[in-house]
Amino acid sequence: MPRPFHPEGAGQLSVTPSESVRRGAERELEMLESLLALGGLVLLRDSVEWEGRSLLKALIKKSAACGEQVHILGCEVSEEEFREGFDSHVNSRLVYHDLFRDPLNWSKTGEALPEGPLGALRAMCRRTNPGPVTIALDSLSWLLLHLPCTTLCQTLHALSHQDSCPGNSTPVEPVHVLGLLHEELHGPGPVGALSSLAQAEVTLSGAMGQASAHILYRRPRQRPTHQTQWFSILPDFSLDLQRGPPLELQRHADPHTPPVDPTTQLTFNLHLSKEEKEAKDSLTLPFQFSSEKQQALLRPGPSQATSRIFYEPDAYDDLDQEDPDDDLDV
Amino acid sequence: MFPELNHLLNTTPDRAEQGKLTLLCDAKTDGSFLVHHFLSFYLKANCKVCFVALIQSFSHYNIVGQKLGVSLTTARERGQLVFLEGLKSSVDVFFRSQEEPHPLQFLREANTGNLQPLFEFVREALKPGDNAEAAWRCPVLLVDDLSVLLSLGVGAVAVLDFIHYCRATVCCELKGNIVTLVHDSGDAEDEENDVLLNGLSHQSHLILRAEGLATGFCRDVHGQVCRGWDLGVLLDSRLLASVPDSRLHVGVLLGLRACLVGAYLQMEVV
Repeated sequence: MPRPFHPEGAGQLSVTPSESVRRGAERELEMLESLLALGGLVLLRDSVEWEGRSLLKALIKKSAACGEQVHILGCEVSEEEFREGFDSHVNSRLVYHDLFRDPLNWSKTGEALPEGPLGALRAMCRRTNPGPVTIALDSLSWLLLHLPCTTLCQTLHALSHQDSCPGNSTPVEPVHVLGLLHEELHGPGPVGALSSLAQAEVTLSGAMGQASAHILYRRPRQRPTHQTQWFSILPDFSLDLQRGPPLELQRHADPHTPPVDPTTQLTFNLHLSKEEKEAKDSLTLPFQFSSEKQQALLRPGPSQATSRIFYEPDAYDDLDQEDPDDDLDV
Repeated sequence: MFPELNHLLNTTPDRAEQGKLTLLCDAKTDGSFLVHHFLSFYLKANCKVCFVALIQSFSHYNIVGQKLGVSLTTARERGQLVFLEGLKSSVDVFFRSQEEPHPLQFLREANTGNLQPLFEFVREALKPGDNAEAAWRCPVLLVDDLSVLLSLGVGAVAVLDFIHYCRATVCCELKGNIVTLVHDSGDAEDEENDVLLNGLSHQSHLILRAEGLATGFCRDVHGQVCRGWDLGVLLDSRLLASVPDSRLHVGVLLGLRACLVGAYLQMEVV
């Protein structure tokens, strides 16, 4: 799109408000799109202080807007609570597999998903629809607490690599798997195992009420890349990217208290006058090996003979010419 | 109940919210005054309360409740309060025949499986009654406290599952509330307790944390209460309350400082 022409600002780059909004939208697209561009697992690591479900829902909304069908394995919130905030278009593309109401089959009414959480997860691996699909796991922490880590990792690997199954002649669209993980609930072993399976890893943190996402991309055959993005999520689960950390963090020194000069009230002099500085700079150090010293050593001149020692013994000095170490048989 | 705490949370018995999980947490101090507060609060709000009391006897809660303006005996007699006295009924587990599972059945089992019998007890206690005359406002589950279940051999995941099922039934299906107390072990490095505390923190709508003062013991002020809301919004207000052991006397509210630190709001700002 051609840049609008400003006659009064010829030669200057001026950005109209609509352009900055467009650039902001482009950056928003970049962050969500780059997370969804790679197939495979996107791991969202959140904590109590910085929750990740909003970002998960923002990614789900983006996938649904791109026309993908989204399957959600919901373990932590009810279906009504999860669908809250999505518009009808997004909601129509969501399929919610309810593991919240009765995950362990305590009610024995037959409403629970058969074969439990593992069965539900494995059922997602067998998909019949060849179109693009996003699978959201809310949350991986719940699954990790109820399933063995190895089983979960194997199932996740199978889930995110469905496009490469042998014997499948038609090319299948890559599967996006979004997993929400609460970091503090697990030890470093399971978290590391899940992290190694992920194509992109988003760690949520923040400062001064502003959330940030530290994103690690592991693209195949490329070096891992890091990116930090400050953002906030609007009530309709669209992303609002911020330029940087909040302003309070960027102010380093406190402007109200002036720095104190400690050399003002001393009883001795720390400063050098101009002549003293010149004399100091022209001084050659005694043990510094300069070219003059090298010449002096190579040509022993008469100046060496002028160094003599003058010794005047005191009255009580006992001058003994014998060598005190003479009797040592060393 | 403590009016200052109501003011801090911007709520009264008439305007109690529904469908919420409140987590009470204490570190280096005794947070049981919060349990007494919420017990009297919900009884005054005309809610049906199921109280799983594992720490103290019924008479203790009754005496404290009378000082806060509620009578537990009366509430129990008219069906508003269902009280599971853990200290007394735990003995029944061993001395009665096993026709039906006891809520504290896990005490008998060598390999503690899950807390399903306790959940069935809660569900039975809070299910809406058939008689139309007892129209309580909303069901409330109160647990004092969950950390003792860990000491009794129940795993952290089993306790989380119990609260999960309670949340599905009480909060989502019956539109009621849950209030539960968990102790924070702090530096004691109790991994199971940390998993329980963090897991519940992720699920809670409101977290009230009672801490001892950083400077140590003080005769008149015993600690401070910090409040945090889930959904990425943190409101930090300090309430200094004096609760000596022998009598319940709430001290003067000092220095209420509230600063809004979040951006994603689903509730009105105080």
